[in-house]
Amino acid sequence: MRTMTRRAMRGVGLLCAAALSLTACGSSEEAASDKAVSGSDLRAALKEGGSITVWAWEPTLKQVVSDFQKEYPKVKVKLVNAGTGNDQYTALQNAVQAGSGVPDVAQVEYYALGQFALGKSLEDLSRYGADKFKDDYSPGPWNAVTVDEAVYALPMDSGPMALFYNKKVLDKHQIAVPTTWDEYLEAARALHAADPKAYIANDTGDAGFTTSMIWQAGGTPFKNRDTNITVDLTNDKGVTTYTKVWQKLIDEKLLAPISSWSDEWYKGLADGTIATLATGAWMPANFVSGVESASGDWRAAALPQWKKGDEVSSENGGSSLAVMKASKNKDLAYAFNEYANHSEGVQARIEAGAFPATTADLASPTFLDTTFPYFGGQKANEIFARSAAQVPEDWSYLPYQVYANSIFNDSVGKAYVSDTKLADGLKEWQKAAVDYGTEQGFDVNK
Amino acid sequence: MTAVTPLTTGRRPPAGGSRSRRGRIGWLFVGPFMAVFALVFLAPIAYSLYLSFFRDQLVGGTSFVGLDNFQRAFEDDQFWAAVGRVVLFLAVQVPVMLGLALLVALALDSGRLYGKSFFRISVFLPYAVPAVVATLMWGFIYGTRFGLVGNINDALGVSLPDPLSPSLVLASIGNIVTWEFIGYNMLIFYSALRVVPKSLYEAAEIDGAGQWRIITAVKIPAIRGALVIATIFSVIGSFQLFNEPSILKSLAPNAITTYFTPNLYTFTLSFSGRQQNYAATVSLVMGVVTMIIAYAVQLRGMRKEA
Repeated sequence: MRTMTRRAMRGVGLLCAAALSLTACGSSEEAASDKAVSGSDLRAALKEGGSITVWAWEPTLKQVVSDFQKEYPKVKVKLVNAGTGNDQYTALQNAVQAGSGVPDVAQVEYYALGQFALGKSLEDLSRYGADKFKDDYSPGPWNAVTVDEAVYALPMDSGPMALFYNKKVLDKHQIAVPTTWDEYLEAARALHAADPKAYIANDTGDAGFTTSMIWQAGGTPFKNRDTNITVDLTNDKGVTTYTKVWQKLIDEKLLAPISSWSDEWYKGLADGTIATLATGAWMPANFVSGVESASGDWRAAALPQWKKGDEVSSENGGSSLAVMKASKNKDLAYAFNEYANHSEGVQARIEAGAFPATTADLASPTFLDTTFPYFGGQKANEIFARSAAQVPEDWSYLPYQVYANSIFNDSVGKAYVSDTKLADGLKEWQKAAVDYGTEQGFDVNK
Repeated sequence: MTAVTPLTTGRRPPAGGSRSRRGRIGWLFVGPFMAVFALVFLAPIAYSLYLSFFRDQLVGGTSFVGLDNFQRAFEDDQFWAAVGRVVLFLAVQVPVMLGLALLVALALDSGRLYGKSFFRISVFLPYAVPAVVATLMWGFIYGTRFGLVGNINDALGVSLPDPLSPSLVLASIGNIVTWEFIGYNMLIFYSALRVVPKSLYEAAEIDGAGQWRIITAVKIPAIRGALVIATIFSVIGSFQLFNEPSILKSLAPNAITTYFTPNLYTFTLSFSGRQQNYAATVSLVMGVVTMIIAYAVQLRGMRKEA
């Protein structure tokens, strides 16, 4: 979970060998049937048995696999950790290109789905009836797995954002938990003035975080329909709302120059140097394992708002399971996917610490009543579940977001270490994204 | 050689048939080498060249584009910025490193050093540390918050400039590379110095030469070949700079761009940007640039020797 989200946040791309392979694969797999598969067909397939390979790094799937095999003894599921995030994508692309060794099911993060879907390496799950699951998942993840009516994966977990804050530090300096980003800025000033070693947050330029913030601010900087893409990181209202506040945080040096997931970061979270952290709901498990010594200091709160009184949130990270088009056993693959992400498997994963994307679980009393000893007994899931329902639906990533994120710091990073303004950095990022898209054959900003 | 010549000249020239058989036997001996050579040396270059004539797009797939990739490479600001960076690195770091290595080698060779073996192994030891480990270690040292630099700042109440800031990061990498490779170059120089006949020094001393004069007039000219070789290695090493910036990137994501060095650039192009064709082109161009500079160094080094 931790590494997964780390990748999601950093978004360092390693997608290799994509299109050549994908086009080749598309033609050879054309023969595969597109007919609808009913529930009874799936049950028959499960009864008959067979074996499937699942590539995933999500640790909670281990339990799911063993439960699944117990329930369907004739089905063998081989769970392979082929690397985390981009490492796995590279391996996956290579396998697709080679036309052999492609798994039946693969874990793909939301922001990377577009790239695989576009390459036609994923099976459209709507022929299994997955398109009817719309209301079963929270809007953010569901929106992420669907591209133009097609359902390319089932959401596995989600990262509705929340503000984690070090209560001990804020209380010590008598700073109220900020409810808007303007208050956040005020809190940052007050905190840094009271203790020059303490910062409201760490930020060294993180594409995943920045896009999540723009998402919350109502922005839609990326739009795509087929091969027509619009990139607008200059005039988009979400972008301008975000840069207005964030530029001040940068200018006044109120952000700790510490990269997330570094050793310094963990130390900072533990010793009060970093007082708050706005991130996805998958964070608690990382707090427990990585910032053990600060147990009891931290609390969760709703994400600060761009406009006072609003109730808008955002997503950060999260991934899905997709069925590969090259799979020889798609029915079983889908059956496993549905088991893990839509039916019994979800509960097992929640118990193991995953944050679900299913609305039923997000609304279930047992889930909401779970207390977090790390957060001083707080029922943090209530906050996360509320956040999950407040995510704007019209967001989309670029079909090549993995690459765009990987070059984020080349341009936007300058704003953090030089006089370059955040807005100018984003403008340069836009140019790089437009250039790359055009180079790749898309119609960008036309 | 002289012993062999009479043998062959003493014989009649072999008849046509046997010559071709000898040719075949010759190929039998050379064959295995040629096969491996072609496979591991020529094939990758040929394949890169082949790749560089195509373009592979997310939309539209693969198409033949002739020399478009080369044209793009020549107009690519990011690529030439990367080349400029390694050239600057080369111009500053290599002389410093080789100078220090030479100094150490001369000191060891002078025989006036106590604890020579200890000194020799200590200087050489960093070379045995894997570059990845060395870079991580230096990364911690460079840290301004929890690293050694940070500790010095705290202890002495000073504020040293951040070694990982955009303006200093290249120098910081130069420092790591120097630390890593002084020992290696020292060993090359030292072993070259060891084979210089001692009688030359004695002769020079009899002629009234001091130590300094012996170094400049006897020792350095005697190891010019080693100097040229070490320089060529360093030129190639500089142009292939990858490990250090790639690892430091996680500590200084905004100071080290994805096109910081040509190698890092091709890596990003092919593994993040899935532009293998263009990456192959950039690699080829970079290979040619490296060859030209290495060849120029060699020519210059040899000319002096003559």
